Parts: sequence; structure tokens; C-alpha cells
Amino acid sequence: MNAPQLSRREFAAALGGIVLSFSLVPRLALGQQAALPGSLNSNRMLDAWLRINPDGTATVFTGKVELGQGILTALAQIAAEELDLPLSRLKMISGDTGQTPNEGQTAGSQSIEASGTALRMAGAEVRAILMELAAKRFGVAVDTLSASDGVISGRDGRKVGYGELAGEVDLHREATAKVAPKLPAEHKIVGTAVPRRDIPAKVTGGAAYVQDVRLPGMLHGRVARPPRYGAKLESFDQAAVKAMPGVTAVVRDGSFLGVVAEREEQAIKARDALKKSARWSGGNELPDPAKIHEYLLSRSMEDKVISDKQAALPDGAIPIEATYHRPYMAHASIGPSCSVAQMEGGKLTVWTHTQGVFPLRATMAKALDMPAGAIRCIHVEGSGCYGHNGADDVALDAALLARAMAGRPVRVQWMRDDEFMWEPLGAGMVMRARAALKDGRIVDWNYDVWSNTHNMRPGDPDGVNLLASWYLEKPKQPAPPRGAPQPAGAGDRNAIPLYELPRQHITSHLIKEMPLRVSALRTLGAYANVFAIESFMDELAAAAEADPVAFRLAHLKDPRAKAVIEKVAEAAGWKPGEKGNGVHGRGIAFAKYKTLATYVAVIVDLELDRGSGRIKVPRAFAAVDSGQIINPSGLINQIEGGIVQSTSWTLHEEVQFDRTGILSQSWDSYPILTMDEAPRVTTVLIDRPNEHPLGAGEAAQGPTAAAIANALAAATGKRIRELPLRPERVKAALA
Amino acid sequence: MGARRRSDALRPLSDALRTAFGRHKTARKGLDDRVASTQDVPDLTDVGAATADRLKRIAMAISLKVNGVVHSVAAEPDTPLLYVLRNDLELNGAKFGCGLEQCGACTVLLDGVPTRSCVRAIQDIGQQEVTTIEGLGTVDKPHPLQQAFIDEQAAQCGYCINGMIMTAKELLDRIPHPTEADVRATLAPNLCRCGTHNRIVRAVLRAAQANGKT
Repeated sequence: MNAPQLSRREFAAALGGIVLSFSLVPRLALGQQAALPGSLNSNRMLDAWLRINPDGTATVFTGKVELGQGILTALAQIAAEELDLPLSRLKMISGDTGQTPNEGQTAGSQSIEASGTALRMAGAEVRAILMELAAKRFGVAVDTLSASDGVISGRDGRKVGYGELAGEVDLHREATAKVAPKLPAEHKIVGTAVPRRDIPAKVTGGAAYVQDVRLPGMLHGRVARPPRYGAKLESFDQAAVKAMPGVTAVVRDGSFLGVVAEREEQAIKARDALKKSARWSGGNELPDPAKIHEYLLSRSMEDKVISDKQAALPDGAIPIEATYHRPYMAHASIGPSCSVAQMEGGKLTVWTHTQGVFPLRATMAKALDMPAGAIRCIHVEGSGCYGHNGADDVALDAALLARAMAGRPVRVQWMRDDEFMWEPLGAGMVMRARAALKDGRIVDWNYDVWSNTHNMRPGDPDGVNLLASWYLEKPKQPAPPRGAPQPAGAGDRNAIPLYELPRQHITSHLIKEMPLRVSALRTLGAYANVFAIESFMDELAAAAEADPVAFRLAHLKDPRAKAVIEKVAEAAGWKPGEKGNGVHGRGIAFAKYKTLATYVAVIVDLELDRGSGRIKVPRAFAAVDSGQIINPSGLINQIEGGIVQSTSWTLHEEVQFDRTGILSQSWDSYPILTMDEAPRVTTVLIDRPNEHPLGAGEAAQGPTAAAIANALAAATGKRIRELPLRPERVKAALA
Repeated sequence: MGARRRSDALRPLSDALRTAFGRHKTARKGLDDRVASTQDVPDLTDVGAATADRLKRIAMAISLKVNGVVHSVAAEPDTPLLYVLRNDLELNGAKFGCGLEQCGACTVLLDGVPTRSCVRAIQDIGQQEVTTIEGLGTVDKPHPLQQAFIDEQAAQCGYCINGMIMTAKELLDRIPHPTEADVRATLAPNLCRCGTHNRIVRAVLRAAQANGKT
């Protein structure tokens, strides 16, 4: 295959001979400068993004990182397209505080828009600079030249490769963004199903993950965490653990307790011994899980009206109200979080699968009381990332242990129970919708969403959002919880429907107290809000005796929204007015992610075993409009993945806890969808080459949840408004 | 303008980076220290004091046949096979997922039978032959199953794929042309979190088709 190899080993080999002199930070304050598109605006130098190498290759630098979503392949396609270079001659460097632009977090389905746009504009400009150099060399007008496969040709047959111009080309200049990128009709690489560059290594046992990093003299660390949030370490048997085979250090700082050993299994045994001998006191009492939503609603909160439209309320409108609930949910990556850290000569290097190397570095500096300049965070992919999981926390764990080991690198991987008990969860939420119907139309719409924050990531200037730092002898404090402004929002993401609702009042309630640790999980609040709104739309359609598809179309103006609904109805063979038969049902739902990005409509077929209450979703259909398509195979993978993962969330997932702590500690107590339960998915793509390309990793989850609940209601006439749709809950509803 | 000269700051770090995935001299030496091939099993009758410790460790070494090669591993007998594969033999394929034989990321074949290496102690392997995903094929010469996963682009994060391929390997050895339901049922105990389920099933069915053609 032609996909280029991007290994860090190759890059490292190349590093030796290159003097890195590019700037990532412009001198002028941003306010004084013209706005540049995408992430170019905050990383304005061309050589922060692209370099032309003497061997005819180009090196691409991006601050966005691979999370399994295929982003490096898509970004390489964009850069190769504009540069007129084959993909095989592109090297990708991503997420390294020593080398790449600072693009914050890889989150919110924004990488294509932010980094992709920067690379598209920078690529077009670098190509133009190369063409000008060639024109000068040949003594001809630039418009007589053409470029292909990294070679510039004149009409007289003279040719010069990019590599030959590498010595002359000065990319250490601010981007102007004045060179127009190619028109979509000219694209040869963008829009094609280029194979992912990371997959061959992943299916043959190649080094692909931070879990696979091996350094000379590397030791293995594990952390013995408390039995519950906030507990204080009183005592433990240091001497006995220190004497265990292979143990090189037992590290205690306040209530942070860890161990380092020569071999991994020795570190795991030592962790077990630490856990057995440790005595803890205190710890947080959690709310009664049976009344968790009432508890959340009783806390102090910050209320914000996020949409208010006034129109006359006609007489005789019929009011309808419903309240929906979402449980706490886990990221639950298959591979527990892992990091390797090395402290040498006052400098710390951390190999990490964080979503943001720069925010992590800034927060680690505070946690460790070190200057940020002495820390280098290098991204290496981890197991699947669906938001803020344990990746950042384990990096601090590794650093704390490496600090005790004087130069020897330490690899720490969390155990399965560490991951479930300590990762930041997706917040439990309550959504209440109240509307009024008149003559088949929604004439009034009130919506309230109550939620904790969905962002307790590192990088916050007002606190230290790293787990171990809160347990040190001199503990750090987390940042205060915050919401995020609309239209993207956080707990209130997708709380403002796309429907034409002339009279609407929508309020977001940010609950400040966080009894369970929470942060960003894929889609933030959008999964729950779309579940609630799109369930409610079906309830309204039923009350109006309208077909769910027709009812939605009647309340939409946006032609792209209508198009995905019509397409999915066509693909699934939707029959207006078709009723379920008690065990089979079909449901539809729709959303425009963040109300500003990808449009997705989903139809699912549902089968119910009434005896057990068990739901199966054998089939799903999706229609997707994410603007210009960069890689159709990658897009389908993201949409299908979103539908299957959301089916798992919706049917199975709920973090179990009691008053003392998290009870979900393994796959037994946090079951997820299995292979035999996964719906077969048909995805229809609507390509809009003249529209902005939009991220799609989070677009399908909300619609899938509501489509399943709607299909259950269609099958049985019973509406379940509390997630997940577990068998016992379904049975209770049917009883 | 505003350039931060970074070459000096980076140089020492680049050395560490260069070796991050490398099997370079130092790492190799460390490896050789722990793993001796069967060709150089020492004569224990002539033990010098200086090498006593090393020989003592080799004396308690356990022999493992992995991907056709016999290795002598100096580790505690109750060490789960997974850690020996990953850390001593530097095989990345089998992954730590749960340590509880629940997720399947660590799956290897023991005499052709899918086995969760996270809980199988090396002392219990005996003469059984261990096959890891590295033993199936390489990037340049992939096994038909590996090729099918590449062709179907059947991975997102890919962390579960080792277990999927190794479990499917045994299925196709047993039933060369399974039904889709066979594939789904066989892979049900292997967890995937990214939602790549359908592509994984298609990849196995594609490999099964190739079975008929070769």
C-alpha cells in the first residue's frame, strides 16, 4: 500500500541532522493581527505547520492527535492535496510540546475544521512559494509552470523537484492565507477513501501505542489508590512491600501511594500488597444512587437562559410535558490509561495519550512545581479515547514515580479497577421538556437541562485538574466547574433544537457540586439533550397523530436537515403510519451536532424479548451530511462507530455506585455491547464539496439513543424516559 | 520573528525519543540478560561466584515456545504469560485490557486454542506452543486475516484487534467458511469499544472467502 509510514522512530532518526528553528509563537499579540483561518490564527508561521525536506518529502506538524479516529490520515490527505505531493512523501508529526503547534485539545469534532483548515491554507501558500522559486530559477513567469507529484515543470521541459528547492525556501514567515486553495473539483486525494496509515502496524503487532513504548532501563510503576474518593492514607507496611522481589521504590506523598519495580508483574503484586496493608480514613460519602437525580436537582446551581423567543400563544393549545434522565457513564477504554515518564537533569519527558499535550504540560508544571519549559509532553496513541479519561492522570502518576527514580524511565499502566473507579465520568443529567400543540404544530416550547460541568480537563488556569495532585501532602485544588458558551455549549450542547419554534424558552442549569468525578465524555451533553428532545418530538407527533418523519419535516426549514431525514427514510424504506407489533418497532431521530456541525438522521429497527425485557437493535440506517467529505471510509467508520457505541450506552451503560464509592470496577459490573448485539449499519453520505468539512465523531450518538427509545415506544406503546433501557426497566414499563 | 531557538533544548530529548520504540543496543542487552535462547543454557556444574546470581535466575528459568522459537525466560513461575510476551520477548500484539480474562485484548493461541494470556501463568504452559499475532504475518507479508482487516479498514483505535484476529484465526482453522452468525457468536466474548464491530465481522468473512481461493 502507498500510505506513508509515520513512525516516531523514523522521525527521531531524521531529527539528528536537522536544526529546528521554526517558531510556534508569533511576537505580536493576537489582537493586533488580521484573523487567519482555522488554527493558523493562533499558530501563524508557515514553518510551524510545514517543512520541505531536501529528500523531496514534506513534514507536517499538527497539534491534533490520533485517537483512533483516523485524523492523521485525513490531515495528511489535505496537506498532500494542496502541496501536490504524494501521500507517501509526507511525514506527520503530531502533539509534541517540543515541536508542534499548540492546538489545545483534540476534542469536540473540531480537528478537521481547525487543523485541516490551517494545513489547507498553509499548504496552498507553501506550494505557491515553491512555484515562485522555480519561476525565478527558470527565468519564466510563474503561470507557465505546473506542479505534480512534488515536481515543478516548465513548458520547455525543465523540471525541479521540491527537494532541490528546500535549501532556498524560507517558510519562517507569517502565513498570509491569501493563496486560494484548490477547488473541490480539482481534488485528487481529498474525498477519496485513502487507507488509514496506522492500521497495518495495529493488525500485525507493530509498535502502535504508548503501551508499547520501551526505553532502556525502564521500570514499571503502579499506584495504590484509595478505596473511595477523598480518603486519607493513615498507614501502610512500607518495609514489607519494599522487600518484595524486584521492588525498587515505594513512593508516598501524602495520600498518593505508588510503587516501582523492575518487572511489570512485580509492580502489580506490590500494588496488591500495598492495597492490602494500607489503612485509610475518611472519604466522601456519595448520594443515594436510587435518588441521584433528585439529589442533583437539590444542589445550588447557576441558571442561564440560552434561548428566548417570544410569540403569541394561541388559545386552546394542548400542553405536554416529559422529564428524561441520563445516568453517569464511563469512557471505559479497552486498554487502561498508560504513560511513560523520565526525569533527567531537572527535565521531565512524558509519553502520553492525552488529548492535549500543551494543556497537560501547563497543568503538570503546576502539580509538580516545575517550570513548564522543563517538561516535554509527547503524544503517542493509546487505546480508544472518547473524551477526558485517565490519560492525563496517569501521566502525572508516571511523573511522580519517575521523579523518585533519578533518570530511569517509569512506565505506569492503570489496572482495570483504577480506570473504572477513577476516570472522570460523563455526568448524570435531567432534562425537562414542556410544549404545547395546536393544529398539529408546536406553538410553545420550554426546555430545561440540569447538569454538572462537562469539562474538568487539564489546562484550566484556575486550578490543577489532575487526580494525583489532590492527594499530595500539599494538595492542589481542582479548577472551579464551568459551563461553555452556546452555540457549542457543554451540558446544554444541542439543548436548542433546530426546529422552527417561534415561541421558546430554554434554560441551562449548571450544578456546581460534583458528587462523582466528571468531565468530558464524547458529545458532552448532546447525547442526553438529543435523546430528550427527539424522544419528545415523537411524543408530540403521537399526540398530534402525525407520522414522526412528516412531523419533523413540517417543523424544519433548513434544507440540509430535511435532506438527511428524507434520505434515511428512503434508505430504510420508512412507511408513514407503520405501527409496531409488540415485539418489533422502528424509530427515527435527527440532530445537527452542536447545532452548527454535522447533520445526522438515524432509523433503527428494534426487537424486544418481552419475557426478559431484553432489547436488540439488529439494524440501523443513517444519513449524514458533514459538508465536504475528506475521506468517505473514515467518515462511515466514525458514524457507524458512533451508532454502535451509542447503542451500547443506550441499552447497557450506567456507572454503579453506593454511598461509599464506585461499584463498577470491571466489565462484569459495567457491561458493554457485544459483537452479537451490534446493529448492522447502512450509512448514506451526502457529499457537499462546496461546504466546509465538519467533524463527525460525535454526530450520531444522540440520534441513535432517541431512535432506539422511539422504536421501543413504536413497538410497545410504552415510553421509557430514563437511560439506559436495561431489561429490568423495560420489563417494569411493560408490566 | 519571535523565534524560540529550540535545537539546544531538544537535542538531549531526541535521544530518548529515538529509542522510545527501538530495539537498540542497550535495550537488546537488557533483553539478552533476561532471555537466553536454548542454545546457550549454561553448565551449572561450574558456577563462578561473580555469576552466581545470574545463573541462579537462569536455573529457575522456564522454557516457552513462542512463534516457533524456544525461549528460556527468567521470571517467577506464576507470572502471567502476557507480561513475558510483552516485556521479555518485546511482542506488542497481545494487550493488557483487564487482567480478568473478560475483554480478550490479550488473546494468544496455545496449541491453536484461544487463551487469555493475562491470567495464564507461564509455569502452566508446559510444552504447548504459543502463537501470537506476530506469528501470523508481518506488515510486508500479512496473514490473510491481517490483510482482510487492512482491506476492510477494520479498526478505529485498534486495541482490541489482536484478540479479534487471534480468536478468528482459531474459528477459521476449525470452520473455514463460517456464517456471519458464527463469526458474531465466536467474537462475542471479545470486547470492542470504538464500535468497529461490523467491519471486524466483515474482515473475518473476507478472510474466510480467501480461504476458498487459496
